[in-house]
Amino acid sequence: MSSPVLAVRDAGFAYRGAAPVLHGVSLEIAAGRSVAIVGESGAGKTTLLRLLLGLNRPTGGEVLFDGQPLDLRNRARMRAFRRSVQSVFQDPYSSLDPRQRVRRIVSEPLRSLGLAGPDTDGRVAAALAGVGLPADAGDRYPHEFSGGQRQRIALARATVCDPRVLLADEPVSALDVTTRVRIVDLLGELKESRGLTIAMVSHDLSVVAALCEHTAVLESGRVVEQGDTREVLGAPSHPYTARLIASVPRLLSALRLEKHDG
Amino acid sequence: MTVKRTTRAAPRRRSVILIAGCVPAGLIVALALVSFFWLPYPLDDTSGGRLSPPGASHLLGTDKLGRDLLSQVMIGARIALESGAGAVAIGGVLGVATGLAAGFANRWVDDTFSALLDVLIAFPTLLLAMLVVAAQSASLGSAIVAIGLAMTAVVARLTRILVKRVLAQDYITAARTSGTSWPRVITGHVLPNIWPTLVVNLALQFGLAVLAEASLSFLGLGAPPPNASWGRMLQEAQATVSTAPYGAVAPGVLLVALVVGVNLIADGLRDTLDPTRRRSS
Amino acid sequence: MSLLDVTGLSVVTDSGRALVSDLSFTVEQGGRLGLIGESGSGKSLTALAVMGLLPPGLTASGSVVLDAPGLGRTEMVGAAESRLRPLRGRGAGVVFQEPLTALDPLMRVGRQIAEPLRRHRGLRGAELRRAVAAAIDRVQLPEPDRIARAFPHEISGGQRQRVALAMALAAEPALLIADEPTTALDVTVQAEVLGLLGELIAEKDMALLFVSHDLAVVSGVTDELVVLKDGRAVESGRTADLLHAPRQPYTRSLVESARTFENALERITR
Repeated sequence: MSSPVLAVRDAGFAYRGAAPVLHGVSLEIAAGRSVAIVGESGAGKTTLLRLLLGLNRPTGGEVLFDGQPLDLRNRARMRAFRRSVQSVFQDPYSSLDPRQRVRRIVSEPLRSLGLAGPDTDGRVAAALAGVGLPADAGDRYPHEFSGGQRQRIALARATVCDPRVLLADEPVSALDVTTRVRIVDLLGELKESRGLTIAMVSHDLSVVAALCEHTAVLESGRVVEQGDTREVLGAPSHPYTARLIASVPRLLSALRLEKHDG
Repeated sequence: MTVKRTTRAAPRRRSVILIAGCVPAGLIVALALVSFFWLPYPLDDTSGGRLSPPGASHLLGTDKLGRDLLSQVMIGARIALESGAGAVAIGGVLGVATGLAAGFANRWVDDTFSALLDVLIAFPTLLLAMLVVAAQSASLGSAIVAIGLAMTAVVARLTRILVKRVLAQDYITAARTSGTSWPRVITGHVLPNIWPTLVVNLALQFGLAVLAEASLSFLGLGAPPPNASWGRMLQEAQATVSTAPYGAVAPGVLLVALVVGVNLIADGLRDTLDPTRRRSS
Repeated sequence: MSLLDVTGLSVVTDSGRALVSDLSFTVEQGGRLGLIGESGSGKSLTALAVMGLLPPGLTASGSVVLDAPGLGRTEMVGAAESRLRPLRGRGAGVVFQEPLTALDPLMRVGRQIAEPLRRHRGLRGAELRRAVAAAIDRVQLPEPDRIARAFPHEISGGQRQRVALAMALAAEPALLIADEPTTALDVTVQAEVLGLLGELIAEKDMALLFVSHDLAVVSGVTDELVVLKDGRAVESGRTADLLHAPRQPYTRSLVESARTFENALERITR
């Protein structure tokens, strides 16, 4: 197993004046792997993702990037970190600035990280093509696109600077099921073709099963179980994981009932 | 590719509103500009006879001292626009700056800011004006400063809310994880997303400032004579309104026309500035 | 005679855009029908139109006949508000997606549940209090006393949805309309609420009109399905038949998409 690009070690977090949201969370994200952080609302998934994204500092423990503790004050290191770690969010309507054209949105990481140059337009076009959007998409505004297309734009922005890691917060849960399949396929494709490491927060176990090799189950701010997705979901050792799996609504259960009836 | 189309009717109707607002406002701006180069009579010329009705020599008639009303109205237009622009400049700059600071500040600073703003908003503009006048003297400048300070609180509160709302959007988080620095987040995302609402609000505040100046002048807290403010003209005409109503008509009509015009412009701007109401091609 | 008979229902905006076009379906006494579609399919509007609850700016045409026992046959489209009001709650009860917005944030939960009980069943005083307790008990909420005294924001999302369900069922409607009732809930809570919903429906032999975007959810609680796309019915039939052998390409893509994820999970968990 390769060394982790990103890791949290014994991390805790509490918002000021509030009860802790995370307790002693340890998680490793190995290069080229896809990792799911699974749990229900209030479990601390999004907070954990914010720690991994360097948006909040853990109140206990540490976040490691390439084996080094992440120091939010070290600008040179943070620049290298931002270039390597990009993000996608849940709500495709809130994650794109409504007053910017798509070209400007997608090129933002290049401009902000000092990577802009004569090849910027080419890289934006390549990123748009890479997520299956037409070249003329760059001239339009976000409101002219559907939810799935917007999520593609967000993915183009996240991949335009050739990052190593993509951190995604419920990237498909706001999408229709047919669109969801396509975006999950696209994520899998990006992972394969670019060797992208993916860490995804999700409440949807079937999406996790379709995309992620490693799964960590979070309950009330604690990792109750983690490991290979096949083992965690196939043979859950923690009762909460088992309950999560049993709760997933299934088409097949409906069909089985029908068979019993007739 | 599904491309959502906005209905075409909406932007066109908006531009009609914008033009409808520009007509009265433009006429008043023209009156004010002309007053710099030419007036029918000097303001201290009392040769017209007292309370003459409108006629060939005095298009709008004269006041109780025999001064030409058209000349006064033209100077009044200048004062109205100056007070609107001056107060909006003060209130806009201070208000947006404070609002931005409060919007970005941590909770403790933000709470203090909000409490201060609430006090300032509760403070009547009139009382504030009297304080400023007491500290300086009754002049157009004092009136504008007082109105501008009162406006600062309102603009700051609006800016703060707008900033908070934008900061809660995922595209701000996305910008930060893209490596965008805070100053560039502000200039690139926050300001572009709040300024259309601010501009519309400042246009409305302009109208309110014009009204406030007229009220202060009516009470003798504005520009001293012989500078003719619409508010003071109304006050002077008050005594004779039953015998010679035309003294109140002209400043009254222009005041309403300017405020309505500015409000229509604000309304028209609201959607003209919104790209989600526009089609890019 | 069907309980709910929808014939040629259309919903049109003021600017003339059709959001629902020529939709027909029936719900029998005690039947369970699902309306399934993706965003923009018009499924929620259909549910609102059935209750005469369309927002201003939208107009329904066609026919929606509700024939609730003891209330007579009522044509809901174009009916006066005064004609519809007694039917809401007694003829048909509704549960919406977001329980937080469906409940009055400033009123204690107990009083909100008491409201329909008083209006439709004419209960007062101790009798009313007992009925409220029974209603809370029926939706399997723990600590009924605490819940009754709580404000909506003081209880969890799942508990709020149970409260909304208790209110919808208070007047014992012949038809329950549920518009994405579990979409805002966590999976484990969703499973519990769906289970409860199924039990209550069966217990009272109530009919169900279930609106959802989630094929797996809807297939678990309904016997028949209408598949909607862009305001039109693409296909309809028995739930099991549609899942086994979808005839239309759109239904097929819906089923296949849902299957893709389900199979990914099945392969691991089986």
